[in-house]
Amino acid sequence: MQKEAEIRDPLILGKKSYHDITLDVSKPVEGKANKYWWILFSISFIMFIWGVLSMAYTIGTGIGSWGLNKTVNWAWDITNFVWWIGIGHAGTLISAVLLLFRQKWRMSINRSAEAMTIFGVAQAALFPLIHMGRPWLAYWVFPIPNQFGSLWVNFNSPLLWDVFAISTYFSVSVVFWYIGLIPDFAMLRDRFNEKTAPMKKKLYSFLSFGWSGKAKHWQRFEEVSLVLAGLATPLVFSVHSIVSMDFATSVIPGWHTTIFPPYFVLGALFSGFAMVETLLIIMRKVVNMEAYITIKHIEYMNIIILLTGSLVGTAYITELFMAWYSGVEFEQYAFLNRATGPYWWSYAIMMGCNVLTPQLYWINSIRKSFIATFILSIFVNIGMWFERFVIIVTSLHRDFLPSSWSMFSPSLIDIGIYLGTIGFFFVLFLLYARTFPVIAQAELKTIVKSSGSEYKNKNNE
Amino acid sequence: MSRKTVYGIFDDEEVLLNSVKEIKSNNIDIKEVYTPFPVHGLDKALGLKETRMAIAAFVYGCLGITFAGLMIYNIMIIDWPMNIGGKPNFTFYHNVPSFVPVMFECTVLFAAHLMSITYLIKCGLFPGAKSENPDPRTTDDKFLIEFELEGSTKKIKDLLSKTGASEINEK
Repeated sequence: MQKEAEIRDPLILGKKSYHDITLDVSKPVEGKANKYWWILFSISFIMFIWGVLSMAYTIGTGIGSWGLNKTVNWAWDITNFVWWIGIGHAGTLISAVLLLFRQKWRMSINRSAEAMTIFGVAQAALFPLIHMGRPWLAYWVFPIPNQFGSLWVNFNSPLLWDVFAISTYFSVSVVFWYIGLIPDFAMLRDRFNEKTAPMKKKLYSFLSFGWSGKAKHWQRFEEVSLVLAGLATPLVFSVHSIVSMDFATSVIPGWHTTIFPPYFVLGALFSGFAMVETLLIIMRKVVNMEAYITIKHIEYMNIIILLTGSLVGTAYITELFMAWYSGVEFEQYAFLNRATGPYWWSYAIMMGCNVLTPQLYWINSIRKSFIATFILSIFVNIGMWFERFVIIVTSLHRDFLPSSWSMFSPSLIDIGIYLGTIGFFFVLFLLYARTFPVIAQAELKTIVKSSGSEYKNKNNE
Repeated sequence: MSRKTVYGIFDDEEVLLNSVKEIKSNNIDIKEVYTPFPVHGLDKALGLKETRMAIAAFVYGCLGITFAGLMIYNIMIIDWPMNIGGKPNFTFYHNVPSFVPVMFECTVLFAAHLMSITYLIKCGLFPGAKSENPDPRTTDDKFLIEFELEGSTKKIKDLLSKTGASEINEK
């Protein structure tokens, strides 16, 4: 058994045996939902229904029901799309990149972060689908021969790269998540009695694929997890790079920059970690996971937010510098207009929430506080939404012809669809929190003895 | 004589690991070991061969990139070459930079999915498969060594209790 330094904080609080972990992880699944769960679920479900109605109206009437116009022909739809995809990135980073770096703190949070990824990417995928106007022809995005509809897809187009990137990302994330879930479903299966809970026994037997924990299976399991992590790591960087190329390969001032791929990937990780914090700080209370999702986990995530937030700030300033340095007056105008034009307030929100507020994490007491983290994570979520709004709308609303300059204001349908996806996301997440093992218990059991053992000895815990 | 099955149940993975080593050094065949989580060093102690999942993933990845390359070549160059923005698609090598993203994604897509499917098939895992762990506690906190043998079980039982088994059952 490996030894840790005694100054290293434990990742699991208290003296937990293997059986305690089993009990804690299966409790939300076995028990009844509490009042807060039902309140949150009802609110989310109403938002979801509103979203469904808004989407149905869009499909029935057309994209004209949104606030778009000929100048600003891309606004909330793509803003929301990029925002949700970005949120998805933290899950894969936690489960794949941190696995490759052997970061043990990922074990308590990877399951939920990955669930967030999958649900977030599902929301994102809705936007291109409804933006097609005729979603029943959505299969045209796949490479199908000319006689089936449109012509062959164009492999030179970043929009097609996006199709491949998002569908690969989504499906690989689901597989990675599920491979890890199988042993935990088996644990739940073995806890239910055939007589007292026959339905649950059947359900978890089905979901666990007959897992029995044989030595050879565990050996393969570990190798498969490692290889999937290795594959998912370049994948996560490629996805947001390709999303950024939707903009960067165009010739619109403010979009046509080579800094976009790294800038978008960093922004995605930044917003993703903020959403993980928002969700986990609520979840640890609702399903009693305080012993597993500790302030140490939150602090590690805050450090990542501080790092990526500072890098995003650097990217903003680099963009401004490059606009000035390029000597292209259109480019210079695009950035001047962002900061001082009619949308100055969204630029100010973006700068304030993404560059200034994360700097508060330099302060020890803020970095180690659940409440401060929760509030700041909401700031980051808002700031990152506005970042995409600023990039998209301010670049478009001042067209090449001053006669076609215009403004964008969202319609009720726009708002309904956006809130609807938030509702849908929370509906999925709340259902997940009641039916899935929210912590990768099999993996967590491997560190329960070693993590913080010396620390606990020293402090007589 | 009928075949008998003996289960040795342990509470701790280190005790289990030592016991497995001890049993192996006595040249006794272990049928299977069931654990609630991956125990490091158990595969070596049991003398299991290294898994070839990573090699499979590499082969599948090669398949993916080949598939993507051929697909794009057929669509963009052979079947329907188009002149897009003054950049005609008549040669693969002139256009290949813009084909890289899809070729990369297909590599990952094939490697990840086909490896996972191989893993499930090799382990006999599929929806509706019956679990084989003899004791439901082995997915919770118990470690179990299974033996199948003919004749006297005394030697094995003695060895198990000597090496720290918390429970020994016979069926």
